[in-house]
Amino acid sequence: MDTCPQTENAQGQNPNGNHILITKNLNAYYGSFLAVRDVNMAIAPNSITAIIGPSGCGKSTLIRCFNRMHEVAHGARVTGQLLLDGEDIYGTGIDPVSVRTRIGMVFQKPNPFPTMSVIDNVVAGLKLSRIWSRRRKMEEIAERCLRQAALWDEVKDKLKQSGTSLSGGQQQRLCIARALAVKPEVILMDEPCSALDPIATLKIEDLMHTLAKDFTIVIVTHNMQQAGRVSDATAFMMMGDDRAGQLVEYGATKQIFTNPKDKRTEDYISGLFG
Amino acid sequence: MPRTHFKHYLQSMQEELLVLGSMVEKALARSMEALVNRDIALAEQVIADDKLIDKKRYDIEETCIELIATQQPLARDLRLIVAVLSIVVDMERIGDYAEGNAKIAIMIGDEPPLKPLVDLPRMSKKAGEMLRAALDAFIRRDADAARQVVIEDDEIDNLYDQVFRELLTYMAADPATINRATRLIWTAHNLERAGDRITNICERTIFVIVGRAEKYRGLK
Ligand SMILES: Nc1ncnc2c1ncn2[C@@H]1O[C@H](COP(=O)(O)OP(=O)(O)OP(=O)(O)O)[C@@H](O)[C@H]1O
Ligand SMILES: [Mg+2]
Repeated sequence: MDTCPQTENAQGQNPNGNHILITKNLNAYYGSFLAVRDVNMAIAPNSITAIIGPSGCGKSTLIRCFNRMHEVAHGARVTGQLLLDGEDIYGTGIDPVSVRTRIGMVFQKPNPFPTMSVIDNVVAGLKLSRIWSRRRKMEEIAERCLRQAALWDEVKDKLKQSGTSLSGGQQQRLCIARALAVKPEVILMDEPCSALDPIATLKIEDLMHTLAKDFTIVIVTHNMQQAGRVSDATAFMMMGDDRAGQLVEYGATKQIFTNPKDKRTEDYISGLFG
Repeated sequence: MPRTHFKHYLQSMQEELLVLGSMVEKALARSMEALVNRDIALAEQVIADDKLIDKKRYDIEETCIELIATQQPLARDLRLIVAVLSIVVDMERIGDYAEGNAKIAIMIGDEPPLKPLVDLPRMSKKAGEMLRAALDAFIRRDADAARQVVIEDDEIDNLYDQVFRELLTYMAADPATINRATRLIWTAHNLERAGDRITNICERTIFVIVGRAEKYRGLK
């Protein structure tokens, strides 16, 4: 299996290396509370990176920093750098909204817009980001995204029905299609399968492998087995004594799962805590 | 099909197993060729190539461990991976027997031949055929074909007895032949062991298919 990205450079020391997303000394605060401390990661393009760790260790907080969603919470702020294609998305003059079209997000609970049809849900992001144009064009884009999200065959006869009329797994793929519509470079997923049954989960996992051909994926998952199944690289986070979440170990998934270097990773992976 | 990614890795793991199989088959054939033709260079090649066989074995093992660690294989997939873990050991050992025979070819060097080699090449050829048939049965998940290969191992065992008795006769008749005859007995023994390893591979194949071990050695 030679599909693992170059994750040795987990310290982010090589900004010119083949990495689409690099974090440098990233800290995330809620008010004065340091929720995530000093994260350094370097993510290869077209890879799938899983972030695992016990509840409350800051996984969601970390990926919300990746597309400037963190600062939306009251009193929340970020220090450090996050380079997307070499450019700091926290740099001055960068519009958070444009960051979010380049780095999309799929959430734990499928959240299609309830009043919108399937097709309108897919292109909703385009409307929001004001790239909206002709109706025909929209339909083309919707079909392309629904196909990419492996949902087209199941919904092609109910495009005008409400998005919420679909099954949970279908709704989640609809949300993925919606994220794809704005042509992001990176897709963040925060526990995208936790509300789904095992079959729907495996469908999403298969879909992730397909999507990784065109996108870079970062997934937060509570399900360690899922991290093993889908990801090329794994980041293990834990809360320190000061309750700040930190990156304990970050490397190729096969290394983390067969031969972790840190005792805490070993204990977590083998189910001794968490 | 669900889990296409995992299935893809299972598939390529088996393709690697076939590659290892053809490396071992080649080692068997070439070590015998080296013996028959007194080809020292070829024998040295077989010995050098054994390193590649060892490496391939460890590469496949690593893949198996990775799949177990990351993919939670169950039922038939789990049996398949466990079987591959054991089959690669058997194949690597067959490679070692071929290497052993290559070393014997070098030891013999240009000593005058004791006798023209007839049964040993037959044993070697049979072992190569059985190995190919065993792997074929494994890949096709054909339990009957695997059982058939196990039965064919009798042929190697019979040839071994025959060679052994014949060489004993030489040694009894003329103590000056003892060294040369002993080397040929080692060669035959290596091939007989190779046949047993191939039987193991067939037992593993049957385990993958029916879900329990069918033990053949000892029944015979
Ligand atoms: N809006 C918020 N305001 C203040 N503190 C918060 C806020 N959201 C999260 N936190 C705190 O930040 C820390 C990290 O929370 P986060 O949600 O990132 O954890 P997590 O690893 O995603 O957990 P889980 O696995 O349960 O989803 C926790 O201590 C949490 O209480
Ligand atoms: Mg979370």
